[in-house]
Amino acid sequence: MAHNLALIGLVLTGLSLIYVLYRTIAGNPVDRRVVFIYVALAAGLPLFMDLLPPVTVTPDVQALVDVLEELPPHSKVLAAFDYDPPSAPELQPMAVAFFKFAFKKKLDVIIVGLWPQGPQQANDAIATALLDSSVMAAGPIYGEDYVNLGFQSGNEFVIQRMGSGFKAMFPRDERQTPYDSIPVLQNIVNFSNIDFVMNFSSGKPGTIEWVQIAVDRFGARLGAGNTAVQAPQVYPYLRAKQMVGLLGGMSGAAEFEKALSMPGNGSIMLLSQISTHAIVILFIIIGNTAYFRTRKRKND
Amino acid sequence: MPDASPIGIFIAGLLTLGIFSFLYKDNPVYKVCEAIFIGVSAAYWAVEYFYSALYRKFWLGVFPPAGSGVEADLLLWGGAILGALMLCRMIPKINWLSRWPLAFIVGATAGLYMMLFFVSNAMKQIESTMQPLIQDSLLETLGSFTIAIGTITGLIYFFFSKEHKGIFGGAAKVGIWVLMVTFGASFGYTVMSRMSLLIGRMDFLFNSWATNFGQMF
Repeated sequence: MAHNLALIGLVLTGLSLIYVLYRTIAGNPVDRRVVFIYVALAAGLPLFMDLLPPVTVTPDVQALVDVLEELPPHSKVLAAFDYDPPSAPELQPMAVAFFKFAFKKKLDVIIVGLWPQGPQQANDAIATALLDSSVMAAGPIYGEDYVNLGFQSGNEFVIQRMGSGFKAMFPRDERQTPYDSIPVLQNIVNFSNIDFVMNFSSGKPGTIEWVQIAVDRFGARLGAGNTAVQAPQVYPYLRAKQMVGLLGGMSGAAEFEKALSMPGNGSIMLLSQISTHAIVILFIIIGNTAYFRTRKRKND
Repeated sequence: MPDASPIGIFIAGLLTLGIFSFLYKDNPVYKVCEAIFIGVSAAYWAVEYFYSALYRKFWLGVFPPAGSGVEADLLLWGGAILGALMLCRMIPKINWLSRWPLAFIVGATAGLYMMLFFVSNAMKQIESTMQPLIQDSLLETLGSFTIAIGTITGLIYFFFSKEHKGIFGGAAKVGIWVLMVTFGASFGYTVMSRMSLLIGRMDFLFNSWATNFGQMF
């Protein structure tokens, strides 16, 4: 019922744009608040629909998934959470899919954060991942299969110092357990004991700093999930093979979920993003059509 | 938000709607929500940095709990002293002492970044740009030509020692187009990101908040 009503609402929203085009060409442009309502409808209505948009997994995402799948069980994966709640719509679905995959595959995950709220986002993602019965069945145990070392201030200097020893920067986990007493951290001294680094980032310090220090200085292998606004700055590092793969924005999250066969919020919200993009494009067309028609009329 | 309390979700929803009210016009509700956001953010960061830097890193590092097996790290006193010197800025007679920690920060950051940028942003990027033009597939070959032409014309645009005329001027114009396409792609990604924020809030309002609202009332 909700699906059908939302679909009808979306179609009517699209059709009503013909009237907006007519008004704009006639010299009566709509108020900016009307544009906001259109964008809100385009973003909100698809959330009531049971439709998952077709997603094609791009080579950048597939490359990251291939590397993750090649990791044998109990490989040591460092997961760096460098974002806060405002970036959660894009990065949280990636993090949830990552934890589902890691726990099912029995990877040993070590969580750190260069942003104060990053480790909390990781805890939220783990709690969401554990709602999945197949993940719950894998039974990941804190301290043995994963650990959250918490936030450490110092930005990129933390990564630099981790190159000589993780313990110096994270002497205890976020539950105040000493580093040496945590089973999953046994024999982990620095990046040379880490099989893969996965970074979720929305700014600085973030992926670029992990590339510059962990990859180029200490030889770590890095994959990353970024907000769409940050992704264009990171693509040059991917092309230079300083990273193995990149998930860019909500579309990257949806592709990651599809490649791992774990549909989640990224896939669900992608439909909203497609419809809001369509609305923005249509308004650009309406605005430009009206502009050129008005200019032609003035010239005549 | 798997572990959020019902009252927390309820307040978060009201604050979201309060911030959205700015889209209609500036109003007191928006101002209140904005002030709450700024205040809570500042307080959160202050507490988090106090806890992580002063307590977890310094205090527990210098005075580790008995029986924890962790040795005291006396080097941390160096950082603590430099940090304390920074506060001398507030005392006019000895405010010159705050220049020492600043000099340390500037020196350490400049030293670290000089090497990092030279390797990661200069050498590796130049290396990845200087690829053979003819690749295995037509698409990759086209990509190589685009990178080569884009890089050369982009550099020509920023070469101001010679007047942009003739072939040189034509190349500079191509460079402008390359820059415009780059900015356009970057702006497109930014729009995508901002829309994601809106969708995230919508999802929260329609799912978490609406469900919670129904359960509370």
